Formats: sequence, C-alpha cells, structure tokens
Amino acid sequence: MNIPSLEIIEPGPLATVQDRGRPGYQHLGVPVSGAADLYALRIGNLLVGNDPFDASLEITLGRFRAQFLRDTTFAVTGSNSSVFLNRTPIPTWRALKARRGQTIQLLQTELGFRHYLVLGGGIRVPLVLNSRSTYLRGKFGGFEGRALKAGDVLHTGPEATEPLPARYPRHLIPPYSPNPQLRVILGPQDSAFSQRGIETFITSAFSLTDRADRMGCRLAGPPIEHQRAPDILSDGVAMGAIQVPGNGQPLILLADRPTTGGYAKIANVIAADIPLIAQALPGARITFKVISFHDAREIYLHKEFAIRRFLAGDEKAEA
Amino acid sequence: MTEIVTKPFGTAPRFNHCGETALSVELGDTIDLETNRRVRRLFGKMRENPLHGVLSINPTYRSLFIQYDPWECSFEKLVLHLEDMLRHEGDDEPEDRTVEIPVCYGGEFGPDLPFVASHNGLTIKEVIGIHCAALYHVFMIGFTPGFPYLGSLDSRLFTPRRDTPRIRVPAGSVGIADQQTGIYSVESPGGWQIIGRSPLKFFDPHDDPPTLLRAGMKIRFRPINKDEYSLT
Repeated sequence: MNIPSLEIIEPGPLATVQDRGRPGYQHLGVPVSGAADLYALRIGNLLVGNDPFDASLEITLGRFRAQFLRDTTFAVTGSNSSVFLNRTPIPTWRALKARRGQTIQLLQTELGFRHYLVLGGGIRVPLVLNSRSTYLRGKFGGFEGRALKAGDVLHTGPEATEPLPARYPRHLIPPYSPNPQLRVILGPQDSAFSQRGIETFITSAFSLTDRADRMGCRLAGPPIEHQRAPDILSDGVAMGAIQVPGNGQPLILLADRPTTGGYAKIANVIAADIPLIAQALPGARITFKVISFHDAREIYLHKEFAIRRFLAGDEKAEA
Repeated sequence: MTEIVTKPFGTAPRFNHCGETALSVELGDTIDLETNRRVRRLFGKMRENPLHGVLSINPTYRSLFIQYDPWECSFEKLVLHLEDMLRHEGDDEPEDRTVEIPVCYGGEFGPDLPFVASHNGLTIKEVIGIHCAALYHVFMIGFTPGFPYLGSLDSRLFTPRRDTPRIRVPAGSVGIADQQTGIYSVESPGGWQIIGRSPLKFFDPHDDPPTLLRAGMKIRFRPINKDEYSLT
C-alpha cells in the first residue's frame, strides 16, 4: 500500500524522481536516464533500508523545501550541503527519523549540484518501461513525466527493513571537489585524434560551461585536434563517454544521454569518478588522468567490495 | 585501448572498451546490409542466451554495444561468450517485416518540400514520387526513442540541413538531411528539411513494445491527402 509521505513546498530549480533508469531499452532508442549520481542514490537507499535502486528525489542546486506527512525514515546523500530539519542542521549520508509535520530544507550551496532525498519505503510512482525515473525531454516516467512543483504529494511504499544505525564511512564517500580530476580510459575512438589532440586532452584544464544538465556537460578549453573527421558511424554511448565534435570542445555524457552518437569518443570517465562530474558546478576546472582498463577495473571491484563489506557489518563505521 | 582481435570469422570482430562498464564489438567498418544483419543476429543470440551481469545490449550500424556490471561479469567472460555466439551465428533473417508509412506531403505538414524540390531541380510531385518509390531498411533505432536510421535515400533528393534548426519539430515529421531521410519519432528540436508528416504513432512509452519500428524492418512511404491524415 502506498502512503502519502512528503509534500513539496518549494522544489528549487529542478527536482525529479529518479531510480536506476531504464537499462535494457536502448535498442529502442530509449535513454537510460536514472540518477546522475547513481552512487549517492544507491547508498542513500541502503542506509534507510530500501532496495539499492528504489526511486528517490534528485534535487538540483538546493533551494528545496518539503514537509513530511508521516513519521519517516530518510537520508540525504550527494555532495556537501546544508540540510535542515525544522531549522536544525542535520548530517548527510546517514539514516534519520523525521516526525510528521516537520520540514526539510536544502540550501543553495557553493559545492555540489545534486542531492538525493531518499525516503524509507521508496517513492512510488507508476513504472514506465520498468522504471520510475523521470525523462524530462520525453515527458514520461517519474511524477507525471515532469519536474516536481509546489503542492505535489509523493507517496512511498511501506518501510520494510530497519535503517542502518551508522553514518556512512567518510572514506567511502566520493571525493567531491569544486575542481575535480577525472580518471578516464582512452577510447573507443581515440585513434580518431591526432597525437597532439590526445596531448591537449590529457594536459589541459577545461572549464565546465553552464550547458550542464542531466544529458551531459559541455566543457570549454583548448580545442582537441582530430586526426580525421570528427564523425563516426553512429554507435552506442556509455555513461561518462567524452564526445568531441568538430569544434574540439569535449562533451561528457550523463544519465539522459541519447542512446547513440555520431561523434568520436576520445575517452570514458571511470564509474567511480562519474559522481564527481555529475556534481561539478558550471565554472569548475576539469582535468583528466588516463589510467589503464585494468586499473579502472581494480578500482571498480575494490569500491564494490568496500560497499558490500560495510553492509555486511565488517567495515568500521563512524558512530 | 586494449584490443582483443580474434580470427576465425570472415571479418574479425573488434572488441573495444567503452570505459570499464561497457564494450562495443565491431563487425565491420561500413554501412551495409550484410554487416548490419550480422549485428542483429548477434543481438538476437545474446538475448536468447543472456549472460549474468549484462545490463543492456544495443545494436547499431556495424557494432553491438553492451553495458555490463564488472562485479558480476568480466570483460573477458563477455568476449568469450560473444565469440561463442558468433561461431554459431546461423544465417536466419532476424526481422524482415515491411511496414507501410502513410505520409501527408507538403503544406503545413511539410514546409520544406518546395525547398527540397527547387534545390534538386525537381517538381514537388517528382520529389514525392522518388521518396515513395524506395524500400528503406531500418539499420538501427537511436538518438531519440523510436527514431529509425534509414537507408538509403535516392541521391536525387540529397539536401543539406536547414541553416537555422527549428526549436520544435512535431512527432511524425518526415525529413531529409544530407544523404539521410528519417522520421521524428517524438517531438524535438531539429534541423532536417521537413517534407511531410505521418499520422502514425512511432513511440508511446505506455505501449508494449513502445516503438512502432525496430532495427531490421523495411519501410515504404505512401502518400496520403489531408482527409486521410485526419482519419488515421
């Protein structure tokens, strides 16, 4: 049974319902969508006792206020932020209890783009193509296919399991930074670039423009030179793919990216560092560090190991 | 870029890393029916024989794109599985249906039809005739939900994109851009020359399947008038 749990008072610039998205429908041209910072969504869910990819609220740039309509377990994850429960500052990355009638508020912050307000039981909106994620351009999924407005009431499922008592260990929280360095694996079309182009990509600092949304982040910097034409035969595009069109300015693709693209992809951001670019604000200084596929895989497996160990109770948690 | 190249096939497939959570396997370097057929056969085989840890498979012109969870499935396991599927490829035709697409050409539905005609030194009637004569192959679906990448447009209709893209192109619009023709499956911004509109619904997220077209289908356009358009 679904219970009315949260009423939006002020949604801020953009608040949407997101889960893991729609992997499995890309052959029909349907974007994956889902949380831009999947890691923050997943950990928030695990902290409050939900399934790892239950639907939650993705809140963009703060200025958000909502009222709890029942006693609710919740957690806020994402980059550093000022979160208040009835004007009392509260910690992020841990499960907390709100009483019916209390108000949660997220201020606009200097650091960080997106926060996840995860509610015990998970947000229940109708499944569309097997997901509760909002795809704004397609106007489907999530809450009536749109961003949330003042007065919207979100329902949740019943809270099934006990929340975790501990705060999520600091060293497992992504090292969000105002000027992140992103680790990448070269390819799949790095051979479409000249040696000089690859060097420009590796050694330069790029600036995140204000064209940064759920689809992707456009960067500005010294133009990356192609060896031949920037066009390729359109093929599949991964989360964190770095496309370079003819103007030499890279575009990092995120959750709402089109399923296919026709520009050469010089490199791909590794999974562990996607949260860093998903949380970077316009004006951020972005640099890249090339690592090998094998190192990237080690990082992935090690991170997954640490999360699972924490959940099993063997990783030391902060009280 | 780590590249594992294997030999036993006519064209050796190339396996490319797309980050550590995705790979693409390329079966050729050109847009041609035979390569595209092999891609779709491999797609079908992968769906029939799912491998644990594979999250999503997307067939494109000449490659198959696969997202996977490295905790559940390794790159190497996936390559072995793909090679196995390719070895037992068979020669069945995966999807061969022909779909007729009614299109109301010109007027408010196709504001760029006169430009396409004058650009190519043809009459409007000739443009419609040439556009409807061909059988188009759906090479892939991508870009936006349900959007078909079609081949091949008659060279007499090649027309560059509009200088200024439109902010809003209605769903069902049929257009030409350079050497391509296509159908806007959902409303979106776009710079293609719009020559007509189809009353069919090409994408509905609440339908199963959600798209009218799939890779491998063939389509033919059929001209209809405004009355027929509003009846469909």
